[in-house]
Amino acid sequence: MTENGAYAIELKNVNIYYGPKLAVSDVNLNIQRQKITAFIGPSGCGKSTVLRAINRMNDLIPSARLEGEVTFKGQNLYAPNVDAVEVRRRIGMVFQKANPFPKSIYDNIAYGPRLLGVRTKSVLDEIVERSLKGAFLWDEVKDDLNKSGYALSGGQQQRLCIARTIAVEPEVILMDEPCSALDPIATQAVEDLMRILVKQYTIIIVTHNMQQAQRVSDYTAFYSIRKKEDVPGKENRWGILNEFAVTNELFSNPQSEETERYIRGEFG
Amino acid sequence: MSAETRRSHMPNEDTFKQRLQRRNLRGGVWSRFFSLSLIIAILALFALFFNIVNQAFGYAASVSDVNITELTPSGDLGTLSNDELVAILTQYQERRLAVYIRDNLSRVDNSVYSTLPISESLTGSNIPEALATLSAGQLTTENRAALLVNNLSQDQLIDLVQSDVIGEDILEAWSLSDSLFNKEMIDATVAEEYPEARLYFRSWLSFDFLTSPGSSDPIQAGIRTALLGTIWVVGITILFAFPIGVGAAIYLEEYAVQNRLNRLIETNIRNLAGVPSIIYGLLGLAILVRSLSGVTGGRTILSAGLTLALLILPVIIINSQEALRAVPSSIREASLGLGATKWQTIWKQVLPSAMPGVLTGTILALSRAVGETAPLVVIGASTFIVSDPSGPLSQFTALPIQIYQWTARPQAEYRDIAAAAIIVLMVLLLSLNATAIILRQRFRKSLQG
Repeated sequence: MTENGAYAIELKNVNIYYGPKLAVSDVNLNIQRQKITAFIGPSGCGKSTVLRAINRMNDLIPSARLEGEVTFKGQNLYAPNVDAVEVRRRIGMVFQKANPFPKSIYDNIAYGPRLLGVRTKSVLDEIVERSLKGAFLWDEVKDDLNKSGYALSGGQQQRLCIARTIAVEPEVILMDEPCSALDPIATQAVEDLMRILVKQYTIIIVTHNMQQAQRVSDYTAFYSIRKKEDVPGKENRWGILNEFAVTNELFSNPQSEETERYIRGEFG
Repeated sequence: MSAETRRSHMPNEDTFKQRLQRRNLRGGVWSRFFSLSLIIAILALFALFFNIVNQAFGYAASVSDVNITELTPSGDLGTLSNDELVAILTQYQERRLAVYIRDNLSRVDNSVYSTLPISESLTGSNIPEALATLSAGQLTTENRAALLVNNLSQDQLIDLVQSDVIGEDILEAWSLSDSLFNKEMIDATVAEEYPEARLYFRSWLSFDFLTSPGSSDPIQAGIRTALLGTIWVVGITILFAFPIGVGAAIYLEEYAVQNRLNRLIETNIRNLAGVPSIIYGLLGLAILVRSLSGVTGGRTILSAGLTLALLILPVIIINSQEALRAVPSSIREASLGLGATKWQTIWKQVLPSAMPGVLTGTILALSRAVGETAPLVVIGASTFIVSDPSGPLSQFTALPIQIYQWTARPQAEYRDIAAAAIIVLMVLLLSLNATAIILRQRFRKSLQG
């Protein structure tokens, strides 16, 4: 992939469909490098759909279709010559529910590098140690790397998943509500980790928690729902990008009335 | 809404208590019905087990032409040397020595056997040089005895002494329950009807029973050929059904798009799993035995194994699909999200996670194949065969066939050996199922670390 463009990710006139149904309409968004961008908005506004479009995870849904352009450092990710496998290796993802593999902690981390053909034991050892240290999990697990990933607590599992993601050295990390299943202390640990990771990585996080968006993010994108009034039911709702700004500005001085009502907690 | 206009639709306290009693009573009746069902099932199993064991062990009254202690004071033929055994045969069955030589050593067709010199007719045997040019008919009794001593094993000679000299004949056999609780009746019957007979406790299931080939004499008959036939057939079945079944399941679950054609295929695989096994037998007969006889050799182990593979293929596909479907999609997403290709994800994450289910399903399907009789009858398994199967293209018989054939015979002893063979078949099935459980546990453990 070529290296240009001022932004890490650019979305231009993006429409996403599931079959005939429009899910997200006309998203134009530039994601800054080495910043945390938060996607917020009510349920069903398409923020996760946009996030999953960025590393082509939506390809897994046969009916999903994207119009417009998603570029990574100037390269259109949906160009015919781009392999989704390469996209996902450069744009990693952390999921809502911690999903370690049913393997040892060591094998969880080494899985990604092994896929790419790293076989040398000493190199893998080094990657495992560096990734676990990067996710601030090393001190807690260094003595039982052979224990199953399932043996860890929920918060540790989520940090294991983050460590697994940074083991393949991506450039962007997408996080889909990574703290929604965690208690406040584990959430704090993940948020602290994000602030440190952002020195190296571009991070995009989907969150339902506005305080979290305020605490961790540099930029915030607010999505909202549009619907055709004359047709009832869910079929005629789609999401739009309502407002995008520096986080402090968006929360202190929202431009749209809908944003203001949302951040005041009037609907969710 | 004001307090006066609000009317509760719920029953009052008394009615509630009354109804609660009725509700609890109804639950109690059902739970008793369920436990009764379980008891009936257990009783049925117990009855089956009892019936088989009852047949397979018990007292037997037998007469022999010659008492074994007359031949060897120890009562054990195994202590005798080849010379001594041949001497016994010569003493009691001198005329049959020529037959023993022909049955055991002849390498040529019976029509030319008597005219050829024995160096040709008995090629490969240890023949004294002086006799090489003689034909079989020109040998003296001493010559024949020498040939038998040199060329038959001790076991072969013991078998001949057992069947032709001792000639045990079972006059009557009793069930295990009679043997344990009604010994007086047995003693009385023996004293009255078979004063000559020897009464002893006989286990029809014995090591000899496992290792002897089939025989027209129920006392000599064993299940070795049937057991080997079953093992060969099931081996062929697993070789074909496992990779094809799991492969089809992977395709349907992981690759196939959800369209009308694939849904139709899936529905029909489910239907195929319910098709009676005899129909698979007819399919095997028409295609594998008849049309493809050039490849399969006709009524052979290969035909039978492939027929049973077809029979259990749908079951394996369905079970494997269920196992693959049970793998959480979060594992697939995690793997793909790290930049794994689809195949890497299937091979390194999905299949290992699904393996316990796939293996359990496959082994349970196999144990169905082991017990199948109908398709083997239709494609023409031999009902009587004494030589061991030597490869996929040999004729064969299988345990269920052997049992079926024995139970159909009029002599009572065949029912006893059929019961013994059923015990062997059940032990085989139980050990297959136990393997399934052990494999599942081991895989589960290795997955959870």
